[in-house]
Order: sequence, then C-alpha cells, then structure tokens
Amino acid sequence: MSYYFAIVGTQDAPLFEYEFGTSKQGHDGLSRFSDQVRHLNQFILHSSLDIAEEVQWAHGSMYLKCIDKFFDNYISCFVTGANVKFLLLHHPLNNTGGSGSRSSTAIGANPTSPATEEAIKLFFQEVYENWVKAVMSPFYQNNMEVKSPVFRQRVAAAGRKYL
Amino acid sequence: MSSNKASRIGEEIWKTRIDKVNTELVTLTYGTIVVQLCKDYDNDYEEVNKQLDKMGYNIGLRLIEDYLAKSNTMKRCTSFRETADMIAKVGFKIFLNITPQVTNWTNDNNQFSLVFDENPFADFVELPDDGRAQDELWYSNILCGVLRGALEMVQMQVEAHFISDVLKGNDTTEMRVSLLRYIDDELPPEDD
Repeated sequence: MSYYFAIVGTQDAPLFEYEFGTSKQGHDGLSRFSDQVRHLNQFILHSSLDIAEEVQWAHGSMYLKCIDKFFDNYISCFVTGANVKFLLLHHPLNNTGGSGSRSSTAIGANPTSPATEEAIKLFFQEVYENWVKAVMSPFYQNNMEVKSPVFRQRVAAAGRKYL
Repeated sequence: MSSNKASRIGEEIWKTRIDKVNTELVTLTYGTIVVQLCKDYDNDYEEVNKQLDKMGYNIGLRLIEDYLAKSNTMKRCTSFRETADMIAKVGFKIFLNITPQVTNWTNDNNQFSLVFDENPFADFVELPDDGRAQDELWYSNILCGVLRGALEMVQMQVEAHFISDVLKGNDTTEMRVSLLRYIDDELPPEDD
C-alpha cells in the first residue's frame, strides 16, 4: 500500500503534501510509487476535488470516505470546517510473489472495506487535530503553505500509527 | 514572607478574586500583536523586541496597582529574594495562572532567573523560518517590559531580558532579571 496525502486550501492550491507507505505487516513505511506514476498522483488527486465539492454538502460529517477511483488509485477525503480538504490517495500493493495471503488481511488489500475506512478516518482525525494546532500559530496565514517540520513529523507519525 | 506562603496567597487570590478569560483568546490576541509588529517593522526583530518591551513597560506601570489591590499585601518586601518569590508565585499566578521557577541567584542576591515551564503566550506558536526570527525575535518579550514597569513603580529599577526560549529550540524558557538599584524617594518640587 502506497499513500500520497495532500492538503488543499480553499483556493484549490496545495498547502502540504506527503508521500508514504504502509507500516503495517512489517512494511517499512516507504511508498512504492514507480517513477512513471509518481507525478500523476497530483493530477489524480486534484481531479477528485470536483467530486469532493459535490459530496461535501450531501454528507453531515467531515469525513467523506472514499470518493473517487482512478484505475487502482483510491481517493479518500476529509473536509475541515474552514473548507480545507485533506485528500489521501491510496494505491494497493501489487501482489507479486507469495505475500498474497498475508496482505489479504491488511488494511490496504481492500481499499473500500470498513476496516480501511475506519483506519483512514482515524488518520484524518489525528491529522486534523494537528492541523488545527498548526494553523493556530499566529505566523500562519490563511491558505499559506504549511512548512512546519513539526507538522510534517506528526503527519508521518499518524501515518505510521494507522496506515 | 516564606515562599510557601506566597504560593498559598497566589493560589487563594487566583481562586477567589480573579476574573478568568479563555486562554486561546489571550494566546491569539498576543500572537496577533506580535505578528502585526513584525509586519509594521518589516521583520526588523530587534525593533519588535523593543516595541514589545515598551508595551509591556506601559502595562507594568498600571498593572502594579491592580496587583497591589488584588494581593492585598501592602507591605514592602524585605529583600529582593522575597520580591522574586512574590513576582513568580503571586504576580504570575494571578495574571497568567503560571508559576515560573525562581533560580540561578547570583551571590550578591541581585540577579535571578525565572524559568517558565509553561507559557500561555507561546501556545501553538512556531517562529517563522526566515533564518532570522529564530535568532533575533524574543516572542514573549512583553513580559520583560511588564516586570520592568511594575517594579519601577515600587522603587526598584531592574533590567530584564530573555536568555533562552523553547520556541528557539532551547530546552527551557528563561528570563534573567537583575536589580540595578533601589530608586530613592524623590522629594516633590519645592512649592515656595
């Protein structure tokens, strides 16, 4: 399972991005995007913004679950109260070799299963808490890129913990 | 007055006589002031420090009256050590609900440090990474001014400055306070 996480501001500009892989089942937490698809992640992710904007009003909650799919890339979305969108692109591992039976129980194996949804929800919630702290800094201005290394570390920690 | 007694007094006043206000309000208001100063002075952080100190000084001049009224200790401190205890355990307690530690006295009892374990002004704050703010800006510098102003009104001329700040990656936030002199009562101008 490889992940590409981005926070998109109210002006549809990315404020933060982070790429990582699963840490469950003894994986090393590194993403496995090949160089050919890596640069496409941003396109895929941002193309789902339209859907997010449609779905966000239909939902009562901030977590919109999995809203879009492009081939093997799934996009989950979380909208904050200030209309900042957290988008997570998840790409299941290619099951080559004998790890098939092992990863079938993994979060990543079935991107739309309730277990995966729950794990991503917890991840978003933790990121959201830290996001609130990051944007409360008086030196942060609305829709400014978040460069804080502390925030990046915490997102990484949340990724390790839940995904 | 023993330092235990001072902390009891601080606790007592905090519980009974103080109007409380939401900390985020304080934090964000103060943050806005600092950021606005940074803008107004084009990120000249030395100047921002100076302005914060000046603002604090003006607050201190008034705040001492409020402090004396609330603490009801209309008795002079007998030593600078006692003053330090009262500042930390009563003053900071009743206005910010924190009690910085008083440590690192010099032998002549004229200089001490206030070590802040918590600082409500600096919650959520991350200094801008422009390469200078981390070195030059003393984010909570207003507190130095407050002490200077307040103590001046009770005949003590002090100098106060921060020497470390967790916002800059130091382990502690520490303010150094030195007593310069006791100001003699000045005679009013002759009216004959």
